[in-house]
Amino acid sequence: MLTSSEQAAPLTRGALGVATAHQPGRSGVYPRLRPGLFGLAGLALLALVWELYKTLGPADGVILNGVTVLPRTTDLAMPHLAVMFERLFEPVTGAASALPLWLAVLQGSLFTLGIAAVGWLVGVTVGLGLALLMQRFRLAESAILPWIILSQTVPLIAIAPLVRRWGAQIQFGEFTWASWMSVALIASYLAFFPVSIGALRGLGSPDANHVDLMHCYAAGWWKTLWRLRLPASVGYLLPALRLAAVSAVIGSVVAEVSIGLRGGIGRLIVEYAGAAGGDPGKPWAPIFGSIMVGLVAAGFMGVIGLFLRRFRRGEVAA
Amino acid sequence: MTQPTRRTADAVPDGPVPAVDVPAVNVRSVSRIFTARKGPGITALDDVSLTVAPGEFVSLIGPSGCGKSTLLRLVADLDVPTSGSIEVFGKPARQARIDQSYGIAFQQAGLLPWRTVAGNIELPLELHGVGKVARRARAAELIELVGLSDFATHYPDQLSGGMQQRVAIARSLAESPSLLLMDEPFGALDEMTRERMQNELVRICAETQAAVVFVTHSIPEAVFLSNRVVVMSPRPGCIRSIVSVGLGDMAGRGEDLREDAGFFRSLSEVRELLHGDTPSTGPAAPTGARGVETR
Repeated sequence: MLTSSEQAAPLTRGALGVATAHQPGRSGVYPRLRPGLFGLAGLALLALVWELYKTLGPADGVILNGVTVLPRTTDLAMPHLAVMFERLFEPVTGAASALPLWLAVLQGSLFTLGIAAVGWLVGVTVGLGLALLMQRFRLAESAILPWIILSQTVPLIAIAPLVRRWGAQIQFGEFTWASWMSVALIASYLAFFPVSIGALRGLGSPDANHVDLMHCYAAGWWKTLWRLRLPASVGYLLPALRLAAVSAVIGSVVAEVSIGLRGGIGRLIVEYAGAAGGDPGKPWAPIFGSIMVGLVAAGFMGVIGLFLRRFRRGEVAA
Repeated sequence: MTQPTRRTADAVPDGPVPAVDVPAVNVRSVSRIFTARKGPGITALDDVSLTVAPGEFVSLIGPSGCGKSTLLRLVADLDVPTSGSIEVFGKPARQARIDQSYGIAFQQAGLLPWRTVAGNIELPLELHGVGKVARRARAAELIELVGLSDFATHYPDQLSGGMQQRVAIARSLAESPSLLLMDEPFGALDEMTRERMQNELVRICAETQAAVVFVTHSIPEAVFLSNRVVVMSPRPGCIRSIVSVGLGDMAGRGEDLREDAGFFRSLSEVRELLHGDTPSTGPAAPTGARGVETR
């Protein structure tokens, strides 16, 4: 019954002269679940490889010509996955008031996520602003674009202390520069780059045809931007925003470490790494935490993409 | 936007309308030279003069590179002539564009993929501040006119090429212009769709009474649609001749006209002009202008 009605629908639409974009899913029942299933399978495969190598690999690792090419398989170097997860539900330290490890990591993750979000927002705003400026003025493009690319060649570790020192000197009225702002600023420094490049390409992406049309309508730059260039750039912007989100998370974690900000996942990674000698499961908790932060950030971009779905139709057919 | 005064069908004379009114388009000795980085520029148009009367359908025909599209772009103020002047309804081309004195359709439909059929037709109205209710009503009217009533909420990628082009034509009519500029609007369509679209365009023109400047490289298309056919020749682009097609007014043109003797007479006249006096101009035009489709 179900198949016959499915077949009938495209037929009638075809008869009306509508080009149907309908393609029967190869997997049949759950075509939308497939990517998720494959993702889980990939994860399971990774876990399997980890445990297999731990069981079968030599305890001292594989050494070729004095170079270690595969790690040691001792419980200290490669704890069992089960150890990592069990450790999550034990207290952070032996102290009576200690929180469970997962809660401490969750708090750190949320702290870092917050900073990354601020950094992302600032980065996206700056990136979009620069792209608009470059789109509007040819001169600006040749003046700014090389600097934008050059900016990303400066190592993060080099600018972190600078940002912190400059920030400490900023103070007017009620406002004082807090350390977390330095971290957010560094996150935005990483995040603005893909946005400015992606947006610049996207804003320049409309066909000459469409630009001519807007010219015929005597639409000015702002109207053309709003009705044509911005909608046309969505297909370029979404991947850029996703990249920016991931960059902001990485930037926050690294900046927390180099600035020495307490409370975030970056600090936890450094702190817990010191415990690896006696407590091999512990350092993995903040690593899982930072992965989670990255996933949440990427998922948020997916939600944005869902709302802008209409503007991505052009990717299917012109 | 001034709605053209609706004349009764029999009041529209064959051929050029008497030049009592201000001409819809007045091109006076226009040249357009594209400057090359080195060497002499390319003369796309050389001293072209042309007048289009209100309500008149004029086709520009000629082989590729004869400057017919350039001429249309100049009238649309998408490009500026090197010398000469262009007036649209007595106004300079630039002012005419700003005043939205014309509607335009290109070879590619050029619909915005993120807008529905109705949304695309509303675009020019939206840009010029027409209210939502009036916009809706006008779009519905035009969708009806081009026969796409069932597809108002479809997106362009769900439509066939012919349907997309119909939406583009509806969009060009949105502000009831008294002049339509069309650059090979049916060039990308298959033969059957093309003839159907030509019939529809004739009907629409009869209903709207708009003057049309129509660029094409199909001789039957030009003859079937036009009051006058402007035959152009390349290098440098200039007008070779203008053929008046006496096939009656728009309202009377139907499918059977394609079998009419007058149709064939004009057809061969235009064809001879195109192929005419260049029997041996090298490989570009062996036995007549191959660049011109005879379909």
